[in-house]
Amino acid sequence: MSDQQASDAARTGSDVPVRPRENLRTVAMRPVLETPRWWWPAVSVLGAIVVLGIVAWAVQVADGLGVAGYNDQAFWAIYEANLVAFIGVSYGGAVVSAILRITKAGWRAPLTRIAEATALVTLPVGMLFIVPHLGSPQRIWELVWPPYWNLSSPILWDFFAVSTYLLATIVFFYLPLVPDLPIAAARVQGREGVRMRACRVLYRALGGSWEGRASQRRLLEGAIGLVAIMIIPMAVSVHSVLSFAFASSSRAGYLETILPVYFVVAALYSGIALVVVAIAAARRLFHLEAYIHPRHFVRLGFILVALGAVYLYLTFTEYLVDGYSGTADLAAWVHQVVVGRYWIPFWFYFLAAGVVPLVLMAVRRTRTMAGVVAGSSLVVVAMWVKRLVIVIPPATEPLVRSPLAAGGVLAGDWGTYRFTWVPISITLAATAAIPLLLLVLFRFVPILPVTEMEEMETYEEEIAEAVEITAGVPAPGIPASLARGAPGAYVNRPLGPPASAFAPAPPLGHPAPGGPPLGGPIAGGPLDGPATPFGGGQR
Amino acid sequence: MRGRRATTGRSTHQLGASAGAPDVPAAEGAPTSVTPDEADRAERSTPVAIGRRGFLQGAAIGGLGLAALGVLGGSLEAAASSTSASSTATKAARQWAMVIDLRLCNGCKQCTVACQTAHYLHPDQTWIDVFTMRDTAGQAYYMPRPCMMCEDPPCVPVCPVSANFRTEEGLTLVDQSRCIGTRICMNACPYQARYFNWTTPEPAPRQPFPQEPAWPVPQVKGTVGKCISCAAMLPSGKVPECVADCPMGVLYLGDLASDVAVNGMGTTVVLSKFLADNDAVKFKESYGTHPRVYYILGHGQDLESDAETS
Repeated sequence: MSDQQASDAARTGSDVPVRPRENLRTVAMRPVLETPRWWWPAVSVLGAIVVLGIVAWAVQVADGLGVAGYNDQAFWAIYEANLVAFIGVSYGGAVVSAILRITKAGWRAPLTRIAEATALVTLPVGMLFIVPHLGSPQRIWELVWPPYWNLSSPILWDFFAVSTYLLATIVFFYLPLVPDLPIAAARVQGREGVRMRACRVLYRALGGSWEGRASQRRLLEGAIGLVAIMIIPMAVSVHSVLSFAFASSSRAGYLETILPVYFVVAALYSGIALVVVAIAAARRLFHLEAYIHPRHFVRLGFILVALGAVYLYLTFTEYLVDGYSGTADLAAWVHQVVVGRYWIPFWFYFLAAGVVPLVLMAVRRTRTMAGVVAGSSLVVVAMWVKRLVIVIPPATEPLVRSPLAAGGVLAGDWGTYRFTWVPISITLAATAAIPLLLLVLFRFVPILPVTEMEEMETYEEEIAEAVEITAGVPAPGIPASLARGAPGAYVNRPLGPPASAFAPAPPLGHPAPGGPPLGGPIAGGPLDGPATPFGGGQR
Repeated sequence: MRGRRATTGRSTHQLGASAGAPDVPAAEGAPTSVTPDEADRAERSTPVAIGRRGFLQGAAIGGLGLAALGVLGGSLEAAASSTSASSTATKAARQWAMVIDLRLCNGCKQCTVACQTAHYLHPDQTWIDVFTMRDTAGQAYYMPRPCMMCEDPPCVPVCPVSANFRTEEGLTLVDQSRCIGTRICMNACPYQARYFNWTTPEPAPRQPFPQEPAWPVPQVKGTVGKCISCAAMLPSGKVPECVADCPMGVLYLGDLASDVAVNGMGTTVVLSKFLADNDAVKFKESYGTHPRVYYILGHGQDLESDAETS
């Protein structure tokens, strides 16, 4: 067993061996009850970065947007890209929680709280980019002043869509938290300190009249299901509408019917990548190894590459068709992006968020937790760069140029955006604000959805078995050649535990044993679902 | 090839009597019964079934369903009225237009300088800019580009706080006390004719006009500015600064309602005849913006009037 654990640790690149299992409630509440040594230094450093960003913004308010590198031929740049990118990464929460909830993928349970919390903090941070984006932030109240509204403006649509989505995200974080509040309250009972008192007040206020009665549970389950369904079209609408602000112009590169789809897929892709990074960090920092396993990352990795492949395909079609058409302004824009002045960021995206994640998941040796986390980190950065590539080139296009000039598609004076310390500081501040807010948030709420996980009755046995299997022992019933060989066989190896793992009743809300496999190996895989062709024949 | 300029005698370079009388001196040769604009619309080969405005009005009407639910209330009416305010209805006594005779421009940029001086603009703010173009022989020619004062301006409907509007006389203006600086209008304008106050604007002494959309001097930091066709000067019979200062007589201020145009040299023409005789074109007509700036091209010259031309 210990050999297997060691080999598992080596394989996943984690130096923390799988710990003996602790009580779930203890683990989930540990960040609330105990202050790790690194907590205050980490919060101080992150807070300092945030303060620097606020100072930079103050400078920008005093001197005007010009200090941020903007000019008339680069009128939209980093803040608009950040707005898209930061709101985009909040989609990870919607995917992991809502989609996996709807598809009844039981393995999601330990991940949902972290995923929803990531959405909860990234969305407001992303929305805040409207403030440095505006030239006259002192008049931002006009956006909520109905007499001034111009309902034909895509920016106003953005404002409505994102506000609605923020509300939904808060509700979607709050509802699954409700049954955990009494559990958390019991743990902070009788403890001294301001924060503990604050926790008690918070739990009482948020907990409402929750007593865990069967009728309440049914109601809550229905509400969560409803919000989980509602939040998906809402998330789609947010990035579609966000893209309209660009696509409703006549500029080559913005005026693209593909743009809304492109934005939504990019948001899902970068969002799932950020969730992987956040979960990996939380797993390490708060010692959740007993509950969050390498196989969770591998599964998320499959979702990641699926979305990454779709995004790569959309990128390919966009540039191919626009470049091929030979229309002067489209061709000029494609030229500038692919081989012109923007080639470095474009090909960086192509490698880091297009090729590398696919390769990492395709190669067996890198199809591990370390591989997925490394790939996701790259994707988060590269998709931010890709947003710059989407936003900046069309804004720098020369719109008045001679159709007869020599130089063909490159005729005209292209504008230039120059990064300065101001927007870089503000961007870093927003980046630092996300872990900062998460660290603060998990000082108050359990980091694991205790109730949800406890409802998974056979959870512990599953984990124990799955750990063995991940360590390289093929499950009974799987031919060794299949377990180690063909790509299709892989998913069955770690996911197909022996039938004994499921022995008693299936977890709550899962398909009845013997029912059809739901959604293939990723959604509702054999770990928590019924038999698969290879793994569960013995049931 | 092209008709000669229909110069119809000298006059003062003030359009309208110096006393500020509302009527414009009748140009020699009675105005034709059809305005150039109407002629232009009539001969448009592909009738546009539903333009941007029509589409947005449809969207606003669809949005009225929401209003019926009491969700958005009266703001929709405001939106609908602001949309229809940009109607092309020619009710006002004046319908301002501009003619730019590219055959005469020597690229001296006096117009740019005069504009920046009069409005105390930052040197980067070229409300009327002069672009260097190439003709079929590869020779340079020059193209002044003011605001096109579109009849269907793409910049107006995109503003979230209704800071852009179109006057009854056909001028698109910006309310800088309303503008929050989203710059989506800069994105929408296909003529690159909008400029942002990225830094503290140039200071300006006391002005003859109040600081308002028709005379936004001095500019306001963090808001969008653009060519105003010197809107505040027009009622008193003065032509815009760029027209007045052009040493070549390239720029004409015109009035579609009374069918007359005048340049800085004092040349007065019958607008419709002048445009027809010289095969005037509009810039980027394919964008459906219906500019009120007409260009007269010289031999071998071509604007990017069709994006596909190359």
